Amino acid sequence: MEIILAILIGVLYTAGVYMLLRRSILKFIIGIIFLSNATNLLVFISSGIIAGKPAFVDGTTPSPNNLADPLPQALVLTAIVIGFGIVVFTLALKFKFFETTGTDDLDQLQQTDN
Amino acid sequence: MNAIALPIFIPFLLILILVVVRHTRAAQFVSVLGSTLLFAVSLVLFVSLKGGKIHTLNMGSWEAPFGISLVLDYFSGLMLVTASLIVLCLSVYTIYFMDGEHRNNKFYVFFFSLTMGVNGAFLTGDAFNLYVWFEVILISSFVLITLGNTKEQLEGGIKYMALNLIGSLFFLAGLGLLYGKTGTLNMAHLAHILRTSEQPVLINTSAALFFLAFGIKAALFPLFFWLPASYHTSNISVTSIFAGLLTKVGVYVLIRFFTLFFVQDQIFWLNLFLVIAGLTMVVGGMAASSHYDTRRILSYHIISQIGYMIMGLGIYTPLAIAGAIFFTIHNMVAKTNIFLVSGLINRAKGSFYLKDIGGLFKQSPILAILFILPAFALAGVPPLSGFFAKFILIKSGIDAGQYIIVAVAIATAMLTLYSMIKIWNEAFLKKAPDSIETESSFKKPVFAELLPSIILGATSLLMGLFAATIFGYTMVAAEQLLVPTNYIESVLNGLKP
Repeated sequence: MEIILAILIGVLYTAGVYMLLRRSILKFIIGIIFLSNATNLLVFISSGIIAGKPAFVDGTTPSPNNLADPLPQALVLTAIVIGFGIVVFTLALKFKFFETTGTDDLDQLQQTDN
Repeated sequence: MNAIALPIFIPFLLILILVVVRHTRAAQFVSVLGSTLLFAVSLVLFVSLKGGKIHTLNMGSWEAPFGISLVLDYFSGLMLVTASLIVLCLSVYTIYFMDGEHRNNKFYVFFFSLTMGVNGAFLTGDAFNLYVWFEVILISSFVLITLGNTKEQLEGGIKYMALNLIGSLFFLAGLGLLYGKTGTLNMAHLAHILRTSEQPVLINTSAALFFLAFGIKAALFPLFFWLPASYHTSNISVTSIFAGLLTKVGVYVLIRFFTLFFVQDQIFWLNLFLVIAGLTMVVGGMAASSHYDTRRILSYHIISQIGYMIMGLGIYTPLAIAGAIFFTIHNMVAKTNIFLVSGLINRAKGSFYLKDIGGLFKQSPILAILFILPAFALAGVPPLSGFFAKFILIKSGIDAGQYIIVAVAIATAMLTLYSMIKIWNEAFLKKAPDSIETESSFKKPVFAELLPSIILGATSLLMGLFAATIFGYTMVAAEQLLVPTNYIESVLNGLKP
């Protein structure tokens, strides 16, 4: 299972970097979404996939082998929410920029350089 | 100690109040009052650290390596006091310099959420919590930078957003890998594990990702291009906030991480820091000297100064780290101040472009004095703060035998002096250009507009006059950073490293 996820993460990173290098702002944002999801998956599998084991046990201290680690899931939940919020903001920014300038071309963004 | 959550809690409370307060005057009153309170609280917290104490607080009473800990040591205390001083000055300054759509509570809401993020980043003792604070900073700065909705600001905003988002993703990926390797994200616990680790090379992947992430946030040499492309577009008070707080949080985290737990394979990392520091200084300084817009000169100049802080980290002796901290504090104050003064110049003359202005020395001597203070502090003229900051760094470099970086630092000081003299000559000494200038177009600044700049200028002067005291504080901070036994024990409740 980890192998499949690792490959998926690699594919997502590749797709993300490819999209980042495109000229359209919208495609750039899609690239950010890919990268952000790849990173979320990376955090998610950081403690390995442990199937069919509870995360919290009451009573006696159980052996660590019988426990799933809940922390990466908590972390990734936070990261997903933050990432979602940021993507929404970037889309709003892109929309506003398109409204003012009528362009979606990153090469047109040369006003503020130099 | 519960009180160390206050620097996060006060801005949060202010956000809640300011969302409701719709009246502009009331919002301004609340923000000035609130930031005064914040400054007072930070000062009290800093004084309570006397004698090298470290305060910790486990949020929600979860024990240290499992829950989120807040940690206040000398380094975070110093940064906290400086940041709240800047926030206080800016909350006064914005009353006069926010125009049009900005003149309502919307600005203050995001101003204080930025403050909350910065204070949180200084206080937190948990690496993932740090990520969350960075996102808080990021989202509020997105809003602040595009608040005017002009074409330039939106374009600057897109560039700022793009690179900083990629930085955040590097940070998160680094966190994931670090957790996979160590099973903890509490910074003290990480230090406890990694300092006794037997396979230090394995940690380099995380260290590299963190270095890239904070290199982007701190605007280090090959990663700084978002900064000059966006800082000069926004309203001058927003630019001053960013100049004073944002990049310095990146530097703070670099110093914290690379002294606390990324201490393996150190020869490689320290040499890399020295090379990057030198390049950052020179490239920033040279780019600054080629421009004629004050905001652009000063934006490139921020980058050049970041190099000095990283130089202190790269030399890695107690004296050098103390120098880096001293420099960071000095730079936060002086850099914010010089942006405030450039806003005042713009207000008086109607332009940021040096070729369009001139003759300010005759028209407003007080503005000239206010400019001289931060400009000479940045250039490193005694008795102002910058002289001692650079002196400590250069002395530590010579002591450690790092002559090349010392030579680069001294040469860059010349470049700084050159850019400052250029602004001085063009804006103050030169006769005003005839074509545009008439006597009536000069607007005399009122005292309240000047007040924030006066406070920050006086701080630069006092930091220079009482340099021995400040150096004493930074030295304690540096010792706490380099020998983190005390830090680890206070967070982990007596667990011996």
